[in-house]
Amino acid sequence: MSLQVRTFPQLGEAAQALAADRGARYLGGGTFVMRAINEGDVSITTIVRSTDPALQQIRSDGDRIHIGAGVTMSQVAASRDSDFLAAPAQSVGGPAVRNMATVGGNLFARSPYGDFTAALLALDATVHVVEGAGRRETPLEEFLRQGAQSEPRRVVAGVSVRRPHSRDAFRFRKLTRVKPAGASVIAIAAHLPNAGGRVQGARVAYVSMGPRPTRVQAVERALEGATLDESGIAGALAAATEGLDPPTDAIASYWYRREVAPAVLKRLLLGIQ
Amino acid sequence: MARKPIQFRLNGKDEAVFVEEGQNLLDALRRQVGDTSPKYGCGQGTCGACTVLVDGEPRLSCLMLAESAEGASIETTAGLAGAELHPLQRAFLDGFAAQCGYCTSGMLMSAKALLDRNPSPTREQVVDAISGNICRCTGYEPIIDAILDAAARGAGRRSA
Repeated sequence: MSLQVRTFPQLGEAAQALAADRGARYLGGGTFVMRAINEGDVSITTIVRSTDPALQQIRSDGDRIHIGAGVTMSQVAASRDSDFLAAPAQSVGGPAVRNMATVGGNLFARSPYGDFTAALLALDATVHVVEGAGRRETPLEEFLRQGAQSEPRRVVAGVSVRRPHSRDAFRFRKLTRVKPAGASVIAIAAHLPNAGGRVQGARVAYVSMGPRPTRVQAVERALEGATLDESGIAGALAAATEGLDPPTDAIASYWYRREVAPAVLKRLLLGIQ
Repeated sequence: MARKPIQFRLNGKDEAVFVEEGQNLLDALRRQVGDTSPKYGCGQGTCGACTVLVDGEPRLSCLMLAESAEGASIETTAGLAGAELHPLQRAFLDGFAAQCGYCTSGMLMSAKALLDRNPSPTREQVVDAISGNICRCTGYEPIIDAILDAAARGAGRRSA
């Protein structure tokens, strides 16, 4: 093992170092990169990290909050500003993992992980990306689409997310084989704004129904104008797995995930725990 | 390979060691410091056998870069007992909460983190506190009972 660790006080410098070295990986909380190193991934030759204090901030700005990429799941769950995200943050691993796993790192999670990212997708979050010397804000959905091409070269500064329409409008359900901390058979996050008793502008995201957390637009379309009762959600349940190709892994099979998705979605939409 | 000097407190004592670049904290504790109480299980953050407390919070030392422990206060199972066993250790012994014992040090540190901030936890809170620690022998029930027993014996009040 021959590794170099480079620590930068500014995130921009870390991003430039990452861009200049194909063997470099950015280290956030360590739950992905250190794991790869322990597994013997010799493609990693340099660890890049940053002590930039902006990475640790949770800041409210009107109805939006900004969460630094280095904020841990425990900190999200404990902060009053991000209380609406407590359920997906607490669903990540056990206490030690939650004290290490970061918001930025979760954006790079692959199935069966990524519960927090699904919550951010449902809430239409944006990602602040630092690439080389430049910075840009991009919708999370686009960030995830770009993933395969540019993943190791990007550093995330943080995410911005709007508070849900109401406390009940944001919902999260997760099905695991092991309780209370287990990887997702499936997890679903949904933002269901309500106008006059009918859903308007629904956003629904799944974990473990594809390689990465994904929006489920067929379900969103079926929910538009629907009431959240047995007959109102029938169309959404019928569309629950439309076009989805979930993985088979040690947690669940392709078949099981497709069978169970409508049941979990039904519980979420009807507010059943 | 370049080595870096780091300083931290380990179980209340100052430590200064050279660590290798990219070395994880678990490896540094076991090889450089000689504290073998945290165990190497999976190296993937899944089993919790390497759990230590860093500034009072449970962390997985196999996934923590050793040099990021600079200036931190670290607690391991080796520091639990004084003249007598820590109440958690006593309760684990009395309740047969260890069989092969490989998970025990991680279980103890996760339990200590819980009792330090919550001296009277519910059973559900105990289950959550050890949810990142895998035991393949006991079926968990004796461990949960032992932690509740230690709480009843005042383990949290002692270590807080």
